[in-house]
Amino acid sequence: MSNAYVIGAAHTRFGEVWDKSYRQLMTEAGLGALKDAKIAGEDIDEVFVGTMSTGKLVGQEHVAGLLLDGAGLADVHLPATRVEAAGASGGLAFRQAVQAIRSGSADLVVVGGIEKMTDVSDADAAAIAASGIDQEWEAFFGATDASMHALLAKRHMHEHGTTREQMAEVAVKNHRHAVQNPLAQFQREITVDTVLKAPKVAEPLGMFDGAPLSDGAACVVLCSDKLVDQHAGAVKVSGSGQASDTLALHDRSDLTTWLATEHAARRAYAEAQISVADIDLAEVHDGYTINEIVAIEDLGFVKKGEGGPATAEGRTTYGGDIVVNPSGGLKARGHPAGATGIAQICELAWQLRGKAGERQVKDARIGVAQNTGGTGATAVVHVLEAI
Amino acid sequence: MPVGILSYGAYVPRYRIRSDEIARIWGDDANIGAALNVHTKSVPGPDEDVATISVEAARQAMRRAVKNEAATPQDIGAIYVGSESHPYAVKPTGTVVQAAIGAGPYLTMADYEFACKAGTAAIQTGMGLVKSDMAKAVLAIGADTSQGAPQNALEYSASAGGAAFLLGSDKKKIIAELHHTVSFTTDTPDFWRREGQKYPSHGERFTGVPAYFRHVAEASKRLLEDQGAKPSDYDHCVFHQPNGKFPVNAAKQLGFTAEQWQHGLLAPRIGNTYSGAVLVGLANVLDHAEPGDRIFMCGYGSGAGSDAFDLTVTKNILDLDREDQPLEAMLADTTEVDYATYAKYRGKLVMSGGGH
Repeated sequence: MSNAYVIGAAHTRFGEVWDKSYRQLMTEAGLGALKDAKIAGEDIDEVFVGTMSTGKLVGQEHVAGLLLDGAGLADVHLPATRVEAAGASGGLAFRQAVQAIRSGSADLVVVGGIEKMTDVSDADAAAIAASGIDQEWEAFFGATDASMHALLAKRHMHEHGTTREQMAEVAVKNHRHAVQNPLAQFQREITVDTVLKAPKVAEPLGMFDGAPLSDGAACVVLCSDKLVDQHAGAVKVSGSGQASDTLALHDRSDLTTWLATEHAARRAYAEAQISVADIDLAEVHDGYTINEIVAIEDLGFVKKGEGGPATAEGRTTYGGDIVVNPSGGLKARGHPAGATGIAQICELAWQLRGKAGERQVKDARIGVAQNTGGTGATAVVHVLEAI
Repeated sequence: MPVGILSYGAYVPRYRIRSDEIARIWGDDANIGAALNVHTKSVPGPDEDVATISVEAARQAMRRAVKNEAATPQDIGAIYVGSESHPYAVKPTGTVVQAAIGAGPYLTMADYEFACKAGTAAIQTGMGLVKSDMAKAVLAIGADTSQGAPQNALEYSASAGGAAFLLGSDKKKIIAELHHTVSFTTDTPDFWRREGQKYPSHGERFTGVPAYFRHVAEASKRLLEDQGAKPSDYDHCVFHQPNGKFPVNAAKQLGFTAEQWQHGLLAPRIGNTYSGAVLVGLANVLDHAEPGDRIFMCGYGSGAGSDAFDLTVTKNILDLDREDQPLEAMLADTTEVDYATYAKYRGKLVMSGGGH
């Protein structure tokens, strides 16, 4: 079985990108990744793209072929496939690319992620975001994406004593990290007070607890053992794990543990033959501040219930145990749903190459990406290693 | 030939509704008024519309003009009323104003619409007619009774009011000379209301940076450049005020200070009077201005465009009867209404038979 390596990575600036179309965003990221990998369109064997709700957000389905067309590659007649799993769409598309290479069916695969979310009203965007939770059993009864995460936050506070201040620290840290990320939507610091005093979205979560609605695209290029010697700065994908759980929260025995993340992480770590102590940095899915707290627990970085205190104590930032979301995470880099999973891989690739500029994690050797959909019914975890 | 303001008048309905009263109804954050910097907004009474507001403002302008022997109604060669809430889709508002002040019938007229900047466009048209000697005096009015659908964000700001400016070229009577104007216009659909629709639609956050801020900044910067001026050269500034937050941010970004917008910023007290907004602000500035004061004004209309103006107050302003119903006195004399009364006055209740 061949290994898979990331040899090119690029993403657009995330934010309210009203002056660029869906097609332009994807083309910009795609050409950026191809240029980074120093390859041409004719070299590609297969393409995957992760995107959550393009049909509802921009009226366009059938996007995999469209995106190749936009990049001027229609006449290469490549296989192109769209992958969808709500917020985990990008991470799953990346896993498809890894598997295509590992299976031997492809030597060079391009995988993109994209979402354009600010061309619809906030109300429509919220309804579309809610399509990642259980429509029949949750949304029908009035639940929204935010309210289900609020339920999770409340339960975590109840069971583990997590505080609003600790959740706010997640947002404060990720905003601070994003200051050094020129592609981030919010390159500015905020305070705990700002987070706590913001209008409530769903008690106890406020406006500054949630990731924004964003436009953006990201793209990475992967290759096999056969081609890796031709590419300087390759980063090895040493572990890939994916798992599922019930869509509805009420069907779970424990609200505060996302078993899909636990299972995906266990598989990815086993494949990579690493333990948590080996991990230098992680990009995790902080759709809401509570998600990062739950994620670092389920990824095994800290014990269950210690995510809040660990964040408040600075164990998840520079100088701590593991730098979590050096990019700024979903909260501050921005969250164009389908692009997020790929942007996480971009950040790991840049960090593991030692090319992350002012936000470089010192001596970064092993990085982990965790990407989830809805309230964690899908989770995908990857381990990347510098070589 | 110079062109300037001979006289002016303004009118803001007396009724007010508080932002926290609107928030109470919809379960919004009670501090939303502070966030928008709109604490109360004006509400037109059941018998008030753009025609009555325009007439009130025009009558005050003409009262002052006649008293100062600056112009008579018969000197008016054109009347332009800018609004996005003209009472009739077809039938001019201006003819009502004309009849009320005794102007015409030998004059030209049209009603204007450009979202919130039809009033400043009326002033620009008037400047052209006066400078080209096609009219001795022109009456330019901006007024609105703007619409905000129940529970829409616009409901916190959409208000009512207007101002009228009589323009002319008589150097002995001009109270504020209009030196220069610059417009910046693009096809930017940030806010719209289609024929037959009761309430407008808007692009939420798209109304900010690419719309309001871009157009205001571009028109303002070009005006400063043309005039070889910097913000600190002006004693007063007035910016379009869709809420109390946008104009303060735009003014700060350009380099103006709070002292300069203290008289021109009325949105915190009266909300967004749309086509009336910068003009009511300018009227309040003129109420407080001294001879020699320089005024910077920049309007904005969605769709989108900005009109920026450079004015200097002359010593003639001392001759105008500014004690004739100053705006601050009008703004101080208010009646607060609750949401139910507001809903009735604004025709938001579905009635059986007659009524709204």
